[in-house]
Amino acid sequence: MPGRLHHLQNPLPGKTVEFLINGRKVAGREGDSLLTAILTNHKAVRQSEFGDGLRAGFCFMGACQDCWVELSDGSKVRACTTLLEEGTHVSLPELKL
Amino acid sequence: MRAAETLVKAGLRPVVLDEGFKAGGQIYRQPPVPDGREPEDLYGSEAEKACALHETFERIRPNIDYRPRTLVWNVIGDSVDYYDESADVAGRLQASHLILATGATDRTLPLPGWTLPGVYSLGGAQISLKAHHSLIGQEVVFVGTGPLLYLVSLQYAKAGADVKAVVETASWSNQLRHASGLAHLPSAAVRGVGFMLSLRRMGVPIYRGAHAIRFEGESDCGLTAVSFESGGRSHRLSCIAAAMGFGVRSEWQLAELAGAQLSWSDIQQQWVPDLTDHVRASVDGLYLAGDGAGVCGADAAEVRGELAGFALLQDLGHSVDASRRQVLEKSLKKQWRARAALDRMYPVPMHLLDELADDTLVCRCEAIAAGEIRHVLVRPGAEDVNRAKAFSRAGMGRCQGRMCALNVQAIVERAKEQGPQAIGWQRTQPPIKPVPMAAMADAYVPDPEGTRE
Repeated sequence: MPGRLHHLQNPLPGKTVEFLINGRKVAGREGDSLLTAILTNHKAVRQSEFGDGLRAGFCFMGACQDCWVELSDGSKVRACTTLLEEGTHVSLPELKL
Repeated sequence: MRAAETLVKAGLRPVVLDEGFKAGGQIYRQPPVPDGREPEDLYGSEAEKACALHETFERIRPNIDYRPRTLVWNVIGDSVDYYDESADVAGRLQASHLILATGATDRTLPLPGWTLPGVYSLGGAQISLKAHHSLIGQEVVFVGTGPLLYLVSLQYAKAGADVKAVVETASWSNQLRHASGLAHLPSAAVRGVGFMLSLRRMGVPIYRGAHAIRFEGESDCGLTAVSFESGGRSHRLSCIAAAMGFGVRSEWQLAELAGAQLSWSDIQQQWVPDLTDHVRASVDGLYLAGDGAGVCGADAAEVRGELAGFALLQDLGHSVDASRRQVLEKSLKKQWRARAALDRMYPVPMHLLDELADDTLVCRCEAIAAGEIRHVLVRPGAEDVNRAKAFSRAGMGRCQGRMCALNVQAIVERAKEQGPQAIGWQRTQPPIKPVPMAAMADAYVPDPEGTRE
């Protein structure tokens, strides 16, 4: 499934960092925040707890708190201020987009 | 960074707590991992300043206690509570003197559909490009007001995005009427005109005086279009991404917790800390620098940082270079005058809230719509913004009102037909950002039995 964000390639394509979305292996890039890595592969990061639909982050600077995501161990992190690490496993809403 | 440099020059060894991955703040943010781009690619016309600042910081680094990825979440008296995100450890430092340079975040407005996936803050769109070398989407509409709107639009166009349009809420006549104020800082005017001309050359349309702005799409899919009115005509632009920003708002939560008095600024349309001697807060030993103490921009932030360092040194009994300080003060005055001109040219379009529908979400965190806030305002005692928050939960979510407080305030002002002084600001509560309970427990709850891992 295509993501929402678009990685630029020039001048360097960047080293690939593998991680998991709902058990599926995907590729992020070294230097990505977890938010960037998720959104280049997936269209949203969470369901709003109040039933108003999907959210996909907003401010990218740790201010709005819209991008908290659940890791497979049940813990939660703010994706925009978390650096992508090899093997990170995030649980995201499955989308029918 | 300039404050730390000033202290180091005087032989001090300050602790520098930085929430970022790397030094640079927002404007001079560095990619977490170098990606081969040159400073000119990252910072454009500001590359020289960025390099100078980064080099300065590298030079003083052996003489400071620098802690990146460290979130300060509370200040009480001389205690500074922090959470070190890389080590997952919380702790407390004692500080006899404190300089806060907490910066600013995007000023947003509750426009219909602004919580849809695909709608990002303007600063966020820039961070995505600058720090992570990625676009928020291939087709983007930029909505808002002010210089940053043109800068980021241009950066996106140059990076290869299809920038569908720049949708500016300020009218052209308003911009021209107040542009003479930029005579205090001609370089800002030249840069701004340059952005607009470059956008035109690249074929990006600029719509001015925009209103009735809506982000369209489905909440389970995301943004599909931006619609608005401009020049007496309705427009609808298909896109999968949009960025919105109406200037920036000061991040003064820590200053308030430290005891700083705030006042309403009519020209900035927001609450800002009271300052004397440019950098002194209303509490002894507390100095405020940068946009966290009223918005004046990155160049001014460097000046204010150095002045904060000087003020602190003076309070410690050091002698400071009086002629250097005069130069800084003179430069800062010029910057404030230019900023006032920009604030007049690109005012926050609070009039857009006159048409705010009951079902538009105002508080993103708690998903509180305008109608729910209006509804609680009829209850007895709901006279100010903090009661409105307590009764409606708007501003009580994870972001602590960063994104909505000024908009909730505007709703209360309209309902009560009162000004900001009567309505007040949403008071800051610690922790100012979410901190894991486990880390807090480890740091603050005694464990005499040693049973905790």
